[in-house]
Amino acid sequence: MTTPAGDEGRKDLQDRKVGQETMVGTVPSDGEVARDARNPSIATRERRSTTLTPSGETPYLVVEDLTVKFPTADGVVSAVNGLSYAVPLGRTLAIVGESGSGKSVSSMAVMGLHDRKRTRITGSIRLGGDEIVGLPDSELMKIRGDAVAMVFQDPQSSLHPLYTVGNQISEAYRVHHKVSKDVAKKRALEMLDLVGIPNPIRRFKQYPHEFSGGMRQRAMIAMGLVNDPKLVIADEPTTALDVTVQAQILDLLNNLQKEFGSAIVLITHDLGVVAEMADDVLVMYAGRCVEYGTAEDVLARPRMPYTWGLLESIPTVSAASERLRPIKGLPPSLLALPSGCSFNPRCPYKDRVKGERCITDLPELLPVDGAGAHTSRCHLHDKASIYEAEVAPRLG
Amino acid sequence: MLYFVARRLVSALSVVLVTLIATFTLFFVAPTDPAAAICGDRNCTQQRYNEIKRNLHLDRPKVQQFAEYTAGIFAGRTFETAGVKQKCPAPCLGFSFKNDRPVYETLKTRLPVTVSLVAGYAVLVLTIGVFVGSLAAKRRGTMGDRALMTSTLVLSSIPYYIVALMISLYLTILYPILPRSGYTPLTENPGKWVAGLLTPWLVLGIYNCTQYARFSRGSMVETLSEDFIRTARAKGLSDRVVTYKHALRSGLIPVVTIFGLDIAGSLAGAIFTEKIFDLPGLGNLVIDSLNNYDLPVIMGTVLVASVFLVMMNFIVDIAYSLIDPRVRLA
Repeated sequence: MTTPAGDEGRKDLQDRKVGQETMVGTVPSDGEVARDARNPSIATRERRSTTLTPSGETPYLVVEDLTVKFPTADGVVSAVNGLSYAVPLGRTLAIVGESGSGKSVSSMAVMGLHDRKRTRITGSIRLGGDEIVGLPDSELMKIRGDAVAMVFQDPQSSLHPLYTVGNQISEAYRVHHKVSKDVAKKRALEMLDLVGIPNPIRRFKQYPHEFSGGMRQRAMIAMGLVNDPKLVIADEPTTALDVTVQAQILDLLNNLQKEFGSAIVLITHDLGVVAEMADDVLVMYAGRCVEYGTAEDVLARPRMPYTWGLLESIPTVSAASERLRPIKGLPPSLLALPSGCSFNPRCPYKDRVKGERCITDLPELLPVDGAGAHTSRCHLHDKASIYEAEVAPRLG
Repeated sequence: MLYFVARRLVSALSVVLVTLIATFTLFFVAPTDPAAAICGDRNCTQQRYNEIKRNLHLDRPKVQQFAEYTAGIFAGRTFETAGVKQKCPAPCLGFSFKNDRPVYETLKTRLPVTVSLVAGYAVLVLTIGVFVGSLAAKRRGTMGDRALMTSTLVLSSIPYYIVALMISLYLTILYPILPRSGYTPLTENPGKWVAGLLTPWLVLGIYNCTQYARFSRGSMVETLSEDFIRTARAKGLSDRVVTYKHALRSGLIPVVTIFGLDIAGSLAGAIFTEKIFDLPGLGNLVIDSLNNYDLPVIMGTVLVASVFLVMMNFIVDIAYSLIDPRVRLA
């Protein structure tokens, strides 16, 4: 056997080669991705439609007023509060927010992955019309991995280190299909090939530690898609990967979505990824949705100071000498949310709202332009003019 | 894989060789006099003492003695006492003049007893201990888990020989709920073999199960919080498959280490158990030999024990590499 280091190096090369073959455009550099975020009209992805629910059909995933609470020794942690969104087949929703904003927790609820003894979930999650909140675990098991699959953040720790990659993929297939090992193996090889892993027969027999980071995430995706799921939840699928590999993985997800027509919920804190991938964007803060709309709306016409802060904190290549503009302060503790708007302790615009409304009243999630699907949760009444006059120029 | 096994085998054999030298050195170079020990306190004339020394080649250089001892293990040798030649066929681990028979012969009758005892014990701790531990890990924080962990703590803070002695006295003699212990060879009568060993198995097994349960619980709690367990659940696998296939395989790794050393130690002599339950195994043999100052037997037992230890380590290494493919690279 060759040394692990040598093997690793070769795999990276393969990684890059394959990436170039399968990619539609060129690999965008870090800077390009960042600029895309601010100017979605030039983003690489062609957007399908500008309405949230095109053609009026019922979206595949509908989440309504979802609340997830964890009772702990220190009190009840409200991880998700009254979250609603919808994802039709063939569309990608990006859920954006800082760590601890409830992105992952809400998606884990869709998978029914929370420990039911330690979690209280209320509200409604409908998959293809069927309610899954309150289903017994035996029913959820049939859905998990079949109709809904998840691609996790860190493929290094998310793959079982002691089973071969092939074994893990065929296992995922056999859970939901009563087939022989050989049939499952065939299917696994097919999937490995589909996600652009060269030499699937050899790779099938290898362990995760023999794969490079990008290859591992490809294997993870192969495992997620092996049952042809209608909904794929990708929980920060590119966070653990380096930038060139990130672009390849996003492209892979995009292409697979085109092929299978599945709905994707993409959890990320990287607005570059959002610009690249998303049709719709939902911004979360402290367990609540603070802005929701099409990618075009949210990225080009954001109407919530938190979204502005996120956009401003992206480094630009053109203004390399400038300091970064982070959002000051930290996300609040979910044990004791601030009264009023959760963002008020960090909001630089709260003085412009008359009285103490930001501190006393929780703003409703309201349409920003009177009508339309673009909603935001903010008391400011001249959001559009503040953005155009003050925030947009800073974005360059 | 083959290369891995071969390498481990070579290192295992070299450890055995070192032990051989060490035990030899300890007993023949240390300030003890084997000839005087054999000669005894009474009736030991200078003439008889000299004769023993000459017959056992104790007057020869130590290196030559060691060479003869080692050669004897592979080829056998002949001892001479009081004009009578005593054959000690290979593997000759020395000749016990106290028992008037080769050490190996004695070990051969004692070994099956200890092996039977330890085999039953191993099955108990690996099944019940690990199972209970995993169950507690899966249900951590519940009443059952707490009760289990408390009881194991209480039980393991009572010295083992007290537990064993009490059970032996109360449950097999005063209130004979459990069968009286004793050893019948398995080949002679399997039923009696089980009946005679049942009580020591249960006592030794259940007492140590608590340790294994604690240990595997800790290991499983850690494994169950791993990301790949979440992945397994996300695939739609049942709780049982997730726990006993995905989690147990990694959770077992640290348990295997402890198990290997524990079994090797028990084979070398489960002294308390054998003494209390009156089983004629290696542990009892060691105690008797120490009392009689029967040096060749002690030496032979130590050597056999060290071979067990090395062997178990070797097996653990192999088991490791079977469980964890990453070990094979190292």
